[in-house]
Amino acid sequence: MKTLYDKLWDDHLVQTYESKEALVYIDRHYLHEVTSPQAFEGLRHKNLSPWRLNANVATPDHNVPTIRGDSFKAEFIEDEISKIQVMELDKNCNEFEILQFDIESKEQGIVHVMGPELGYTLPGMTIVCGDSHTSTHGAFGCLAMGIGTSEVEHVLATQCLKISKLQNMQVLFQGKPQDGVTSKDIVLHLIKLIGTAGGTGHAIEFAGSYIDSASMESRMTICNMAIEAGAKVGLIAVDQTTLNYVRDHGGMSQQDFEQAQNFWTTLHSDEDAVFNKEIIIDVGTLKPQVTWGTSPEMTVDFDENIPNESDVPLDQVENLKLAKMYMGLEKATTLKDLSFDRVFIGSCTNSRIEDLRSAASVIKGQKVSSNIIEAIVVPGSGLVKAQAEKEGLDKIFEDAGFLWRDPGCSMCLGMNPDQLKPYERCASTSNRNFEGRQGNLGRTHLMSPMMAALTAINGIISDPS
Amino acid sequence: MSSEIIQGVVAPFDRDNIDTDQIIPTEYLKSIKKFGFGDYLFDGWRYLDKGLLGMTSSQREINIDFILNQPSFQNSQILLARDNFGCGSSREHAVWALRDFGFKAVIASSFGDIFYNNCFKNQVLPVQLSKENVNILFELSAQSPQDISINLASKELTVGSDLLIPFNVDDNLLNRIIHNLDDVDITMKDKGSIEAFELNYSQKRPWLFK
Repeated sequence: MKTLYDKLWDDHLVQTYESKEALVYIDRHYLHEVTSPQAFEGLRHKNLSPWRLNANVATPDHNVPTIRGDSFKAEFIEDEISKIQVMELDKNCNEFEILQFDIESKEQGIVHVMGPELGYTLPGMTIVCGDSHTSTHGAFGCLAMGIGTSEVEHVLATQCLKISKLQNMQVLFQGKPQDGVTSKDIVLHLIKLIGTAGGTGHAIEFAGSYIDSASMESRMTICNMAIEAGAKVGLIAVDQTTLNYVRDHGGMSQQDFEQAQNFWTTLHSDEDAVFNKEIIIDVGTLKPQVTWGTSPEMTVDFDENIPNESDVPLDQVENLKLAKMYMGLEKATTLKDLSFDRVFIGSCTNSRIEDLRSAASVIKGQKVSSNIIEAIVVPGSGLVKAQAEKEGLDKIFEDAGFLWRDPGCSMCLGMNPDQLKPYERCASTSNRNFEGRQGNLGRTHLMSPMMAALTAINGIISDPS
Repeated sequence: MSSEIIQGVVAPFDRDNIDTDQIIPTEYLKSIKKFGFGDYLFDGWRYLDKGLLGMTSSQREINIDFILNQPSFQNSQILLARDNFGCGSSREHAVWALRDFGFKAVIASSFGDIFYNNCFKNQVLPVQLSKENVNILFELSAQSPQDISINLASKELTVGSDLLIPFNVDDNLLNRIIHNLDDVDITMKDKGSIEAFELNYSQKRPWLFK
């Protein structure tokens, strides 16, 4: 009678206390340059070493420039403070002997793209990282969540996290999506439905016939954005799709794989497990989803009217007005009325090979609109980039006028030079459309890679069918 | 800095879904230090110009309409907001910015999960109240700036002499603030339990320990 989350929780429970808190053992700890320096400083201050070195895997992703080319080194980063942060990660990983795929490594990438494809994410693990999109790894039947820097220090020092158990929520995605509707559209639709606080305090397990037939890449996109629905944990049961992916990625021996597989196939909710909240969504009727406002829940069908003051509850009118003003929607009835300035295809949500294939499939033989200042494609990792180049996707993008970049978080959050200028409007495959997220006063519309690629070609939102 | 009472004027910031990107924009996450973020709190709303890490408040173009730039609230230690405060990224810098500005408590009707946890590591108390009670505080604040007293020991919030609102918070988490405890120090007392668990677990799941 246990949910998958209950099973993972029980399997890692070190100790309970009188209060709601418990000590939970952590199998994998991913680190990047932005949220780790203060944690390493804390270790030094307390004269501690990492509890279990092998649990930790690091890579720089948030700050790294995406125009690097061959033989790039951290000291070449132009932005002085970004450079310090990337070099600080080098220094900390050297000093504490932590495995790092540094900026010169051919595997370097966004930590949530790189980890699974190198086999560092395995079913049944507890996984943490100082990044809220750590929920991505839940796609492998893992208990994975983002943590703050104090917790990064705590995990380094003790291999444990002190947390309270979450409630269980189940989201069933049933049916087969229409052409042009992807995992991104499906998760955006969920966020529109339940709101950005809809999953707060819950671990969301995604299931249903759509999930059963979805690739690991699509599952990762959905778990990735659980946090945008308020849930720091999103997860999916292990099935043959999971096992196939794990067998094909990373270097586990056949013997270990077979032993582990016996355990991994138990990683699903029991049939009679009880969830505190349940939601069923028919994905067969969905259209492509695009955000219009400054929160991921401000989402509409790509051809639907943008809500007016009369469409929302009274206590939401002010939020709606502020969002519309920020986004410059005074004269727009639908999103099709807006002209776009930039396009960003990338981020831990949508920079995997499936995403790049999907974007490339709709642009072949076409050119980026002359209205678009810049359309960039940023593969999620060195391995994704190499695979895409092997398939000739880079040529398709470049022939159409897209810029083909090196891996990193890039314009998802604009810590590197890839940023929007004030009032520029961006079609983005990332995960957050908050004010200023992609650059001061920039305007972000979230959508799928296919819709973003089409927006680059047409300069406006258009019908993928 | 052990403290059981947080007292002062409450700054009412009437918005839902204030995310961590608004609390502190990414530009300032490039610091490798744990302090010095107060000048960048709510940067996009508080100033009219674009800032850079290293700039101070006095070098910036102030947005005089923003709540924290109004004379009554410039030294406020208690912030009032509505639903889902601190949603978004896990950046602890958001709490560091609130703390460095001088905030000791944030009152809201709900919080982002990761933000909520991060508060207790940094001597900032998140106080979750019902929507009705949050509404009452906003209505009172609309009439005149309100002095609030938050008693951590009794878990009660008082406004003036006649309004008392109890609130819920986990005792262990609250103790971290009252006694300024460090999580690593606390957990290290259970070192034996972790070692015992790990030994057993490594035999159960040997492939994770290769």
